[in-house]
Amino acid sequence: MEVGQLQRSFLEYTSALFREGFLDGQFGQLQLLQDESNPDFVVEVVSLFFEDSQRILTDLTTALDQKNVDFKKIDAHVHQLKGSSSSIGAQRVRNACIAFRNFCEEKKVEACVRCLQQVNQEYLLVKTKLEALFRLEQQIVAAGGVIPVLNDF
Amino acid sequence: MAKNGEERENYEAHVLAVDDSLVDRKVIERLFKLTSCKVTAVDSGRKALQILGLDEGEKSAFDARNSDINFDLIITDYCMPGMTGYELLKKIKGSSTFREIPVVIMSSENILTRINRCLEEGAEDFIVKPVKLCDVMKLKRLMFGEKNRVFNKRKLEETYEASPNGALSISSRSSSSSPSSLDENELVRLENLML
Repeated sequence: MEVGQLQRSFLEYTSALFREGFLDGQFGQLQLLQDESNPDFVVEVVSLFFEDSQRILTDLTTALDQKNVDFKKIDAHVHQLKGSSSSIGAQRVRNACIAFRNFCEEKKVEACVRCLQQVNQEYLLVKTKLEALFRLEQQIVAAGGVIPVLNDF
Repeated sequence: MAKNGEERENYEAHVLAVDDSLVDRKVIERLFKLTSCKVTAVDSGRKALQILGLDEGEKSAFDARNSDINFDLIITDYCMPGMTGYELLKKIKGSSTFREIPVVIMSSENILTRINRCLEEGAEDFIVKPVKLCDVMKLKRLMFGEKNRVFNKRKLEETYEASPNGALSISSRSSSSSPSSLDENELVRLENLML
């Protein structure tokens, strides 16, 4: 595919992600922070987010599996995940975390298990989509093009 | 002693960033570096105190009280395991060496009582996360790049109160207002008037 086409696909894909609520303005902020001196900034931050989230989701699964569920600990984990998803603009993950925390307060194990499933699902979705986005970027760069910037998010 | 123009231009403000989240530390670091600041990022209040030399326990590899390291701003997350940002703020404001350094609190939760508590304890500003570039650019004005930044800012305010015909109005340092909205060029011009 030639560069122009790749760039158009990239812009369309990015717009869709914002439109469908997977990403919010904060992702745009991260893109602003990327430049020639830091060309991989967004990928680096998002990779940290993936690692962090993976760890938290595993801890959450374990925590909910305990005989005596420690809701305070679970809330702390979800709070962390809410924070990091918010920092990269992963809006749907963040919203799922907010819902999760409400159920933590009510100390309902079954509801929390469902919430975790929801958060996990949203996380996997945004991860897949961001990885696709980064692949598109790589293709553009490989074809000698510049990654276009979306102006309105 | 105030710096001459060239030294002032080359001076890089040094920020101490405290946040237990790795993702947030990376973003904060980049945000400040983009505004030409040096950044030291740590993951806990404890480590921050160690770097400042205020930790009663362990000694850090370097102790800011005895070294040439000076921080122009300390920015800390509120919710952290162990020591909260609020507790860190209190320790800093309770130190004769460091109480003049502006401390900014960040929090994902926009809770008025929390904000007031921090401002009452001496926090310069409170930022609701996620932190954006415009937030950091506003903070730059707190730093000025001068060692006697606090002295200058107070002098600016006194200078302005004395001249009622001043074209600009400086917002009073009330708890809920953001830092003075003076334009960068105006700040430099006013500083030069005092040299």
